Amino acid sequence: MAEKEEVKLLGIWASPFSRRIEMALKLKGIPYDYVEEILEHKSPLLLALNPIHKKVPVLVHNGKTILESQVILEYIDETWKQSPILPQDPYERSKARFLAKLVDEQIITAGFVSMARADEKGREALAEQTRELIMNLEKELVGKDFFGGKSVGFLDLVAGSMIPFCLERGWEGIGLKVITEEKFPEYSRWVKNLEKVEAVKDCIPPREKHVEHMNYMGERIRSA
Amino acid sequence: MGLISDEYVRLLGAWPSPFVLRTRIALNLKRVPYEYLEEEDSLNSESVLNYNPVHKQIPILIHGNKPIRESLNIVMYVDETWLSGPPILPSDPFDRAVARFWDVYIDEHCFTSINGVAVAKDEEERKAAIAKLEMCMALLEETFQECSKGRGFFGGDNIGFIDIGFGSMLGPLKVLEKFTGVKFIHPETTPGLFHWVDRFYSHEAVKPVMPDIEKLVEFARLKKHTTSSLDT
Repeated sequence: MAEKEEVKLLGIWASPFSRRIEMALKLKGIPYDYVEEILEHKSPLLLALNPIHKKVPVLVHNGKTILESQVILEYIDETWKQSPILPQDPYERSKARFLAKLVDEQIITAGFVSMARADEKGREALAEQTRELIMNLEKELVGKDFFGGKSVGFLDLVAGSMIPFCLERGWEGIGLKVITEEKFPEYSRWVKNLEKVEAVKDCIPPREKHVEHMNYMGERIRSA
Repeated sequence: MGLISDEYVRLLGAWPSPFVLRTRIALNLKRVPYEYLEEEDSLNSESVLNYNPVHKQIPILIHGNKPIRESLNIVMYVDETWLSGPPILPSDPFDRAVARFWDVYIDEHCFTSINGVAVAKDEEERKAAIAKLEMCMALLEETFQECSKGRGFFGGDNIGFIDIGFGSMLGPLKVLEKFTGVKFIHPETTPGLFHWVDRFYSHEAVKPVMPDIEKLVEFARLKKHTTSSLDT
């Protein structure tokens, strides 16, 4: 008799961190319950489960709580072996982890700060910084359909949820052109590839609503 | 054809760096022969209490002709490449997730709290930063109790991922204790951690590479990266 697996994801529709978990679960065909958390009012459940960071996403698997999106991705990969997302080779894995950290620490910071700046000169300076960082990813994509090679992998989920399907929407909202096909041909090709993958496509936040949301967040940061 | 694990290993580092220390402990634990190269430039820009781990150039592990960067990344790489030594991460996926989470926490919260105390502009800021660091210690004490399950280390009977991640911070923590007069690891408030410290320092993989505290204090003073409120 099959044991009933309880997989629950606490997330936020606009958060790239929770979207990437949904993509991973969908890729592996894992059924899950999704609970939407509202940004302003954190639920008691969420606070009880995640007192340290008070952040989403949170994965609950058969009563066990896992926090931090990249930690959750590795947990998912190690628990459900079908459609592996981390490379097999330790060196390739270390590269994927390194670049994933670059995305979640440096690119996100430069990206959000570029939206937070009210002056054009400041925005352009941050945009340039962001471009330099994204160039690391551009180089990694040469000759590949995805960072994971022929199929979507760990870095595709991290970078995909963050850059084309989050930061770019923010830049669109404020009319800031950061990434062009001319300067980033590999990246542009990669985004088109991503959009064809069902597990990714189904988990992208709806565009208009997302652009509006990113504008709202930007305004809040600028007026703070 | 030779094994990948037989290829030449070099580590670029700077002796005061806790991040470099992590990688040396991992290599020692797995008994990997390696050449250690002190990076003069990195030494000059190194700081004991002010960290910006994101922009650090060291440590870099060069295995054969492959460079691996970022301390925890390197530790995981070592764990996954040299399989004959004791495991650094546990085998159960949930236990691995717990270990990874705490090392993320240590890097994102504990190191920044140490920074916070070091750069505090006034007494009020300093008190707040100290309180935050004390909270980190309390959480880690709880984690130690849960993970060790009565054995000697976060990793159980032997040092593991959290021991390495947190243990590398003990040098800067002790330097901060000397500068502030505050005891962050205390036999009454953090008894588990208090006794773990000695065990960690005595471990055969740690002892030969742990920087001498007096040397670290001197290095920190020379660098003058502390604010005037910390100069005793």
